Amino acid sequence: MAEPRIMDIKDQPGFRSVAIICLLVLYVPVLILMIFSLNSGSLVTQWEGVSLNWYGSALVNGEFHSAAKNTLIISVTATIVSTICATLAAIGMTRVKPWRGLAAAFMVINLPLMVPEIITAVATLSFFALIAGTFGLNFGIGNLILAHTVFCIPFAYMPIRARLEDMDLTLEYAAADLYATPWNAFKRITLPLLVPGIMSGGALAFIVSFDDFTITQLVAGPGQTTLPLYIWNQIRRPMTPEINAVSTILLLVSILFVSVSFLIARRRAK
Amino acid sequence: MPEHPGKNAIEVRGVRKVFGTGENQVAALDTVSVSIRENEFFTLLGPSGCGKTTLLRLIAGFDFPTAGEILLHGQDIAPLPPFKRPVNTVFQSYALFPHMTVAQNIGFGLEMLGKPKAEIEARVAQMLKLVKMEALKARRTSQISGGQQQRVALARALAPQPKVLLLDEPLSALDYKLRKEMQIELKRLQNETGITFIFVTHDQEEALTMSDRIAVMSAGKILQVGTPRDIYDRPAERFVADFIGETNFLPGTVVSKKPGVATVKFASNATISAGYPEGFDPSGEVTLVVRPEHADLVPDPAKGTIGGTLSNIVYFGTDTHYHVKLDGGGEDFIVRHQNSRSSAVTFETGAKVGIQFEEDAARVLKD
Repeated sequence: MAEPRIMDIKDQPGFRSVAIICLLVLYVPVLILMIFSLNSGSLVTQWEGVSLNWYGSALVNGEFHSAAKNTLIISVTATIVSTICATLAAIGMTRVKPWRGLAAAFMVINLPLMVPEIITAVATLSFFALIAGTFGLNFGIGNLILAHTVFCIPFAYMPIRARLEDMDLTLEYAAADLYATPWNAFKRITLPLLVPGIMSGGALAFIVSFDDFTITQLVAGPGQTTLPLYIWNQIRRPMTPEINAVSTILLLVSILFVSVSFLIARRRAK
Repeated sequence: MPEHPGKNAIEVRGVRKVFGTGENQVAALDTVSVSIRENEFFTLLGPSGCGKTTLLRLIAGFDFPTAGEILLHGQDIAPLPPFKRPVNTVFQSYALFPHMTVAQNIGFGLEMLGKPKAEIEARVAQMLKLVKMEALKARRTSQISGGQQQRVALARALAPQPKVLLLDEPLSALDYKLRKEMQIELKRLQNETGITFIFVTHDQEEALTMSDRIAVMSAGKILQVGTPRDIYDRPAERFVADFIGETNFLPGTVVSKKPGVATVKFASNATISAGYPEGFDPSGEVTLVVRPEHADLVPDPAKGTIGGTLSNIVYFGTDTHYHVKLDGGGEDFIVRHQNSRSSAVTFETGAKVGIQFEEDAARVLKD
């Protein structure tokens, strides 16, 4: 028997129907998209039969290949660099004596979450245009990697900081008490216990970079099409279920990645 | 203590610790000096906020004193970081490393000291045996009980053979029975290892049963240092008498005195001779302290030094507390009787009784 509760939200009238409506609104469009990726016909609105044809044509499509490759190069690099930066920032801001400006530093790191993305996009575009014009510098795909790294940092930072704040500081005292130098204490105690935070920070950064559209659209040069840009270009042409297939692949990659990192984080946390 | 100058493990000299700045300054330790001998089980006892944990943290190196010196075997360690001090700590929360096994936890200190692998393994095995945890050495620390975690924390702190072991209320998270067991266990470990233990607690009973000597602290100061018997029988101040054990406070007037003993008159005109601590010169209106078990009830009020009416009888199993409303007014006086099969006299609530004092039962103390 469950413990008697003062109030169980599930018993409130209307709870069930509101919950069901929310779930339907969230997932029905995605489900329809996935179902139509299996349509044998060439219309995205009219069901004609089950087939994997569109997956086949997506997978042999050269444009899709190059978009997938660009996306992976950008996302993986941006994830690694931003997660390292975020980890260092989080340690630098939780393992110090409070100083004037700590709150300001926290604000600065998290500001990108508050600034409308289109503003960041325009600003980034102008910035790269400016250095290209002034110094003649163009980093090619490096522009996109840089831009992605920057906006991924706050996403990676949040879970890492949360983990550091939850961590029992006494453990670090205990390590120091047992003759661990600050570096050894970090390497042997803080870092291993921080891994779940770093994993979820990295996963978040990856997902944010992987499906970024606004900034990428403005900053990308010729030949730097990523998967979201590819999908965008496809729907401006006559739409076929190939777009559903590509979207579904994108979705499955995201789900797979998030699930794996979630499971690792959960196992580590035990 | 000055009589054994060469045998001190730790000497704390004029240590002050101030937290905060400007108007928010709080002196957690207000010029504390104390010497802790080698191989001693020394307890810092006081209510929360008295500065006992602050003093322990200064000795461990987690905080640095605002002023003063901390000597370990004659060497000032106050400026050293914790990882350079041959002192280990058992934390209140144990602070076991959750991502390591029991054996890895115990070996951590030796590993950080760069000891060879074989030596670490031998020492870990020895420590596992000492705290009777051999069977669980491969477990994660989250997979063992609170009492077992306590043992691992002890073994981990003892493994590097520190000069001094610091224990920060290590038993407070355990239930009553386990705490009693661990008290005995701690004494055994201290005897077997010969390491100086500095034990912090707010539990006076724990302090009395385990310690060789106790320092009673209050509001950042050490009020008295002595053996449990000293502290209990000859408290130096009213706070000490009040904090340790139960005490009756009786108002009286000093009528005459010779060194160490004063004659005090009660409101009822009865007089009693009472000892007083060195360096204290009682005069005029004073407070006498009497332990409940150092007084006795007599059925005939005329035979007691003071008299009153029995207002309450509280049965505690091993003993009984009699609350007496004194004829002179004031707080109820409590008399404790050990219960035995042959308790001849029985008292009833509401009866007129007299209170007799044992020899040396009463002391005059500074307020």
